Amino acid sequence: MTTLIAIVVLGIMASLFGALLGFASIKYKVEGDPLAEQIDNLLPQTQCGQCGYPGCKPYANAVANGEAINKCAPGGDDTIKKIADLMGVEVQPLDENHDQDNSPKVAFIIEEDCIGCTKCIQACPVDAILGAAKQMHTIIIDECTGCDLCVAPCPVDCIEMRPIVQTTQNWQWDLNTIPVTQLD
Amino acid sequence: MGVSSRTETAIGMSFATTFVMTLASLLSYLISNYILIPLSLEYLTTMTFILVIAVVVQFTEMVVHKTSANLYRLLGIFLPLITTNCAVLGVALLNIKQQHNFFESIIYGFGAAAGFSLVLIMFSAMREKLANADVPKPFQGPAIAMITAGLMSLAFMGFSGLVKF
Amino acid sequence: MSIIERIKKGHFWKFHGGIHPPEQKFLTNDKPIRTLDLPDELILPLQQHIGQRGELLVKEGDKVLKGQQLTLLSSPMSVPIHAPTSGIIKAIKSSTIAHPSGLSDLCLFITPDNVDKWQERQSCEDFYQKSPQEIINKIANAGIAGMGGAGFPTHIKISSKPSINYLIINAAECEPYITADDLLIREQSTTAIDGIKILDYVLQPEHILIGIEDNKPDAIKALKKATKDIKKITVCVLPTKYPTGGEKQLITALTGLEVPSGQLPINLGIIMQNIATCFAIADAVINDTPLIRRVVTVTGQALAKPQNVWALLGTPVNYLLEQCGYQATKDKNLIMGGPMMGFNLANDQVPIIKTTNCILAPSKQEVSSENNEVDCIRCGQCADVCPSQLLPQELQWSAKAKDHVQLQKLNLFDCIDCGACAYVCPSQIPLVQYYRIAKAEIRQQQMLDVQAEKAKIRFEARKKRLEQEKIAREAKHKKAAEARKASMNKKNEGGSSATSAVAAALARVKAKKASAQAAKNNENSITEQPTQDIDTKSKVAGAISRAKAKKMALNKEAKENNTVVEAKVVNTAKSNKTDKDKDKDNDNDNDKKARIAAAVAKAKQKSAQRASSIEQKPEIQSVVEENTSSRDENKKAKISAAVAKAKEKAKAKKLATAEIKDSQTSADSEINRQEKKKIAIAKAIAKAKAKAKKQQKEETK
Repeated sequence: MTTLIAIVVLGIMASLFGALLGFASIKYKVEGDPLAEQIDNLLPQTQCGQCGYPGCKPYANAVANGEAINKCAPGGDDTIKKIADLMGVEVQPLDENHDQDNSPKVAFIIEEDCIGCTKCIQACPVDAILGAAKQMHTIIIDECTGCDLCVAPCPVDCIEMRPIVQTTQNWQWDLNTIPVTQLD
Repeated sequence: MGVSSRTETAIGMSFATTFVMTLASLLSYLISNYILIPLSLEYLTTMTFILVIAVVVQFTEMVVHKTSANLYRLLGIFLPLITTNCAVLGVALLNIKQQHNFFESIIYGFGAAAGFSLVLIMFSAMREKLANADVPKPFQGPAIAMITAGLMSLAFMGFSGLVKF
Repeated sequence: MSIIERIKKGHFWKFHGGIHPPEQKFLTNDKPIRTLDLPDELILPLQQHIGQRGELLVKEGDKVLKGQQLTLLSSPMSVPIHAPTSGIIKAIKSSTIAHPSGLSDLCLFITPDNVDKWQERQSCEDFYQKSPQEIINKIANAGIAGMGGAGFPTHIKISSKPSINYLIINAAECEPYITADDLLIREQSTTAIDGIKILDYVLQPEHILIGIEDNKPDAIKALKKATKDIKKITVCVLPTKYPTGGEKQLITALTGLEVPSGQLPINLGIIMQNIATCFAIADAVINDTPLIRRVVTVTGQALAKPQNVWALLGTPVNYLLEQCGYQATKDKNLIMGGPMMGFNLANDQVPIIKTTNCILAPSKQEVSSENNEVDCIRCGQCADVCPSQLLPQELQWSAKAKDHVQLQKLNLFDCIDCGACAYVCPSQIPLVQYYRIAKAEIRQQQMLDVQAEKAKIRFEARKKRLEQEKIAREAKHKKAAEARKASMNKKNEGGSSATSAVAAALARVKAKKASAQAAKNNENSITEQPTQDIDTKSKVAGAISRAKAKKMALNKEAKENNTVVEAKVVNTAKSNKTDKDKDKDNDNDNDKKARIAAAVAKAKQKSAQRASSIEQKPEIQSVVEENTSSRDENKKAKISAAVAKAKEKAKAKKLATAEIKDSQTSADSEINRQEKKKIAIAKAIAKAKAKAKKQQKEETK
């Protein structure tokens, strides 16, 4: 008899709690995930597609849904670290499929070779190439994200990626060039 | 260790734990006094309490997910793991053992949780500093955290002699 | 008024921290400012200040006069530069500039002609006659930027003016070694005070305070003497402490006010100008002399005769050193600026610019270039001396860990790079360098963030645009398809759907073949062309094909209008109707060639027939009748068939060319169908004519 009571009581309690949880899950239902938006803000927005997605936003969505966080080559380790912090997961090294060299670059059109085919203009994700059919094209350096998507479509291989020229504006202090100045 | 590397998450965790402990001690008191004892089912206490705690934690998880998705993500697996936090069950069982009344059990639960929060937040603050400090190589990482934890518990021993009953 | 009362009594405030490094000013402060001979070459960097560089006004080989403006005041944040002497612009090229990075920037190279001929100047004795705006313009055009170190354009600083409480003149010169301002005040106090008067006139401040450290007794005396009868100006003698000359520190020391983090002194109604800037302003406004020279302290124990000199802007450092008796040591350690905040020069070809107040050539004992950094012992001395009340030690941990968020939380950007923390550090940690690196990194990161945001916006905009284009294209296609369908339906009503479909298929096949052949021919022709001709020829070919395509398009249009009629015509032609219809059909047919071909065919037939009839007549008439007629018929049929074939070929060729240009096969097949019909019509005409002739013949017989 006692056993029966015990079973009944526990059963009733369990079903009560179950009902409570069921109610709570409806009441506290979460719509949408702001995570993708936050990840998107961390990505470098080169829209290069090296991650295998057609742009930064789709990759951000994929990461929010469990895609690996180490596929953004232009962002490099910094971006991976930031995403890891945001997601609360471990930092991973950059995907091996990518080039290790991710120093900032911009595309450059060798203008003598350009035949004006407009193929690169169609490839540029940020409209940073200027030109018209049968006219020479050129790159707006300030808008170029260095995604190198324009390099492959060029039929005459007149586009190359060049490292950004160091100027006094973007120069970084180098610890070793300036000794300590200490007076006696 | 999991949530104490950043103060922000530590605070979130403390709130969640406080909420769970207080609610669990309240519910367990009610169940124990109004269901188990009248039906003389005291031998089911532990089992029932585990059930109660699991439910409360699940409930908390949903609430946290709804109110702060960011915190939910940062806490990750550690949020449902509150269930296995011995302190929660311990408080509930101690309440019965020491025969606290209704309000006493709530305050007891809340107090225990507050103490836990204090330690957790202080620990995380120290770990934040340690993250940037030049710790000798053999002590880097969890090692120095454990040493810190040990030193902290030593310091907290000091509290035990403060109040005379 | 309590602030002013306190100041009048000589009671000042204290700012937090500060240090007392050995002053070393005795090296240079006992000698007058020397005027140097012209160097062999002047190197003028286009940008010598904070902001943008101006646009160039001169080109290589130009002759310039002393004081001539070389760059344009093109944007508000730009400052023009001027020729320091008369001469010829030898080159405009990149050269190492006075920047800690040792990077190159665009510079003008001027070879002096040693005449030192001024451009025309209009001195202005009484500047009160001019409006303040005129004076500000004058200052802007004279290329004056803050001469204390940062090089902020002066005209910007003085043209933004709410009500100004205090104009503070910075004559503190707190850094060791430097005595440039000290000597300038001693020798040119009247002109400097004139500059202050001009600023007073432009800014209308309530009080003018001159902050000067008590280690320059002669300069203080000179200033007091010069300002004796100006009530507004107070000379404030402050105890010597580094860095009293920092903008925020001097404000705190003089007024007790503290400039909040992230704000400018102007928000408190305070403007600060360096005393050397005041001198330059007076020179520019009164004597119409742009900023082309400045006092530079050339000092250090590696020099035989350290001295302050009047250096023309653009004078290479090695010339100055040479003039002051420099004995080159093994590790050439040259510092531009003071020992605390200066930077090492990459080489000694670097020119003097507007912000250069000191060239320090220290001996090895004075400044060690070795890095003896050891671990932090957490002594906290750095926090004690920090004039910005920061926590240098905490900053250092975060800077080493590159924790940018934490750095900003610790107010890294309030650090003034004064170097006091590094000076007192017993572990010899180069704290300032860590902060400078961190600051540069954070700025870079912010720039990247801005860029990423911009890229994102552009990407989104492009996506939107592409989508819109796609929708527009689809709509167009749909419309075109509908139009085609409608025209097809019309034809079907005409009752020749089956035949026209077959004809279309045939035409397509033919067109394909023809185009393939044409392409081959094209290729052949191109390969045969000499290479240099390809361009022009292909252009010509392109033009021709374009013209043809246009014609075709016109034809097509015309034909489409007549499709129904033509469809009927086909039927009628098949059922052997009268010549009228055929003629009408010919009229409808807009293809000139086809008509010509038909005419040719007709003419041929006629002549052939005539010939045959002439031949036949004298011959046997009755018996061979049938034979001849059949022979004639055969001939005629053959002729007509040949003509038709030729026509077809011509058309196919044309089609092919059209197809190369115009890839709309559907339209082409439509054209083909029309062609087919025409051919059929032509055949029918030929047949009918042949028959008519035969009849005629029979009649004549």
